[in-house]
Amino acid sequence: MFKKLKRSAEGAGVPHVKATAGVATVKMPAPDQVTLLMSQHIGAPATPVVQKGDTVYVGTLVGKAGGFVSANVYSSVSGTVLSADANAVVVTADGNQTVDPSIQPPVVTDRDSLLKAVADCGLVGLGGAGFPAQVKLAAQNIDYLVINCAECEPYLASDTREVLECSDTIVSGIEAVLKYLGIKSCIIGIEANKPDCIDLMTTLTKDMTGVSVKTLPCRYPQGAEKNLIETCTGREVPQYGPSGKPGLPADAGCIVMNVTSISTLGKFLKTGMPLVSRRVTVDGDAAAKPGNIEAPIGSSMQSIVDFAGGIKEGVELGKVIAGGPMMGLAQVDLSAPTKKASGGILLFSKEKATLPEPTNCIRCGRCINGCPMGLSPVSIVKAYNDHNLEELDRLNLGLCVTCGTCSFVCPAKRPLTQTMAIAKVFQRMGGNK
Amino acid sequence: MDNLIVTASPHITDNVSTRKLMGNVVISLIPCVIASTLIFGVKALLLTVVTTAACVAFEYIWCALTKKKNPVGDLSAVVTGIILAMNLPASLPVWMGIVGAFVAIVLVKQLFGGLGYNFANPALVGRIVLFSGFATRMTDYLGVTPRGVQDALSTATPLQVAGSTPLGSLDGEALTEAVDKISSLPLMDLFLGVHGGVMGETCALAILIGLVFLVATRTISPAIPVTYVATVFVCFLLTGNGFQFALVEILSGGLLFGAVFMATDYVTSPFTLKGKLVYGIFMGIVTFAIRYFGSLAEGVSYSILLGNLVTPYINDLTEQVPLGYVKPKKKEAEKK
Repeated sequence: MFKKLKRSAEGAGVPHVKATAGVATVKMPAPDQVTLLMSQHIGAPATPVVQKGDTVYVGTLVGKAGGFVSANVYSSVSGTVLSADANAVVVTADGNQTVDPSIQPPVVTDRDSLLKAVADCGLVGLGGAGFPAQVKLAAQNIDYLVINCAECEPYLASDTREVLECSDTIVSGIEAVLKYLGIKSCIIGIEANKPDCIDLMTTLTKDMTGVSVKTLPCRYPQGAEKNLIETCTGREVPQYGPSGKPGLPADAGCIVMNVTSISTLGKFLKTGMPLVSRRVTVDGDAAAKPGNIEAPIGSSMQSIVDFAGGIKEGVELGKVIAGGPMMGLAQVDLSAPTKKASGGILLFSKEKATLPEPTNCIRCGRCINGCPMGLSPVSIVKAYNDHNLEELDRLNLGLCVTCGTCSFVCPAKRPLTQTMAIAKVFQRMGGNK
Repeated sequence: MDNLIVTASPHITDNVSTRKLMGNVVISLIPCVIASTLIFGVKALLLTVVTTAACVAFEYIWCALTKKKNPVGDLSAVVTGIILAMNLPASLPVWMGIVGAFVAIVLVKQLFGGLGYNFANPALVGRIVLFSGFATRMTDYLGVTPRGVQDALSTATPLQVAGSTPLGSLDGEALTEAVDKISSLPLMDLFLGVHGGVMGETCALAILIGLVFLVATRTISPAIPVTYVATVFVCFLLTGNGFQFALVEILSGGLLFGAVFMATDYVTSPFTLKGKLVYGIFMGIVTFAIRYFGSLAEGVSYSILLGNLVTPYINDLTEQVPLGYVKPKKKEAEKK
């Protein structure tokens, strides 16, 4: 009750529509060609280390981390480099999927060797943000490792399938991180709509010291980092860190890792195969056969959709979304390659993709009470329309994570999140349009 | 493939719409309409229908004249119409209801920019204007005699039984007598609504059914009605005139109807839970002050109107605390 007085942070009751949660993952054969983007993560792009005509194998380094906050990129197929520039390395696949002969499990004995292994894995946050994992894990004075298995975006089921299909590497990944980084506690947060995942993880972790499973309420965006930390540990990530920069989970003594990320680390420690493929949920009312596809990273969305079963017959495709419906990016076509953090491809029909026209704001306050960060979207939008930079600062626009809750809950169908995203750019540019 | 829709996220919206929310309010008012028809007869229903139709018609005509998009489909005019009608005595001539509808829709709502821009609840101002303009007709609660009315209630609205002298200015025997008169009113009759008053306010049962529906469908939060009524109750209890007296006070007059249907109007009530509590307590104290110290027996409409007017200030003072909020340091503020 008293917390509600501070902020309601009700979130949104999004529909779950996880039709593919019970559909086993199908491995997709290598497509004819993959495009390995050098910038698949937050931070500096990787630098290509191969040239046109080079032969590469599955797991061969093609892009080296280009700075402190950056990540390695590895080839997801075996074949010949077709082109290599600062944007991407394109590889023509030979179809054999020959594994790079140099691949062997890393030797991890302490903190530094674990962090090196994470960097060698090319691991980034696989929940969608794509933050390089070795940078995140290097934080000091951590009390909690929080494993994010909220998967609060509708449709997406790739994390759910990861828990059900790869629980052993999740456990070994958690064990390694706790052991070598000296973290005492681990909380695995899973939304209540995945009871089978909760049961499985509870059983597997019941003999591990310091590891617990937390059932999360089904309110979007439960998987947003700061909200997840608050629900699991009761701590608030401060708005500003000690340096005056925006606060990070580490400022609250927490590291948050997506469940697929920790599992990928577990796999790498076991086999030495870096991050070269990932599970992508293909769903939406225009998808002929919704499913979970494990595809080589860099495959074009077209190739994955085709493999999954293509567009439903008689349905006019209206929108293609890379990611979930709340935060995903609408695509111009299906030619873009998948990235490490691509968890879903949604195909919407024209009707589903056409949003209702906005009407007058009725000042119901649903956006304010829904905002997981406790902001006032309706006031922020007004301040943006007035081009009032000071007011935008006062309203803490910087805390907005553009999760989409305000637009989703608005009964007048006003594009609040969309306007806030523009307002953030306006703020970043110092008020110059 | 080349005509894909490309928009910024989010790509889905909730199925709650303005029309649905207003529809919920209309449904929640149905028990009150039925109760008023049962208590005051078909005349009540006729007045309700005409007032509501007038509101919709004024909204349609105004928007057509000013070449604005026709907003009738959002049902907000229907809500205003029914609430306004429920604020009128059944004996009121029908044309006066139409005047009220004009004030509510054209003067208060559309002239200020339409739905979402009005500074006060349109139905509320409609009622207040009618009260000022046609005071005698608006308080003629007995032009249509309520069914099954007992003597104690037949004179006027329960709040008028003690006369027009403010209770707060009475002392000794006079006060005891007035309080006894009020406390002796039969509670069950008050609860069921068989007494004088405007059409919608008399039946507490119907209002509570509406409240339960509104809260169950998450159309409104119970914060405003609960704090408002509770504040009035506590204030009357603190006067030391007994539990029964306080109970009669909250069951009579427009308090329950105003608290549930008028104070909760989205446009003119605060956003946050904190704001809603402040708003409810504020209106409760004002209502108590008017009823106990003022010469008006009724204080609800003016309390809500005052509440509407201070809502922007309440909103400014009761903002939420963002997650991880760090107060800007004073020194930095001075530097700027």
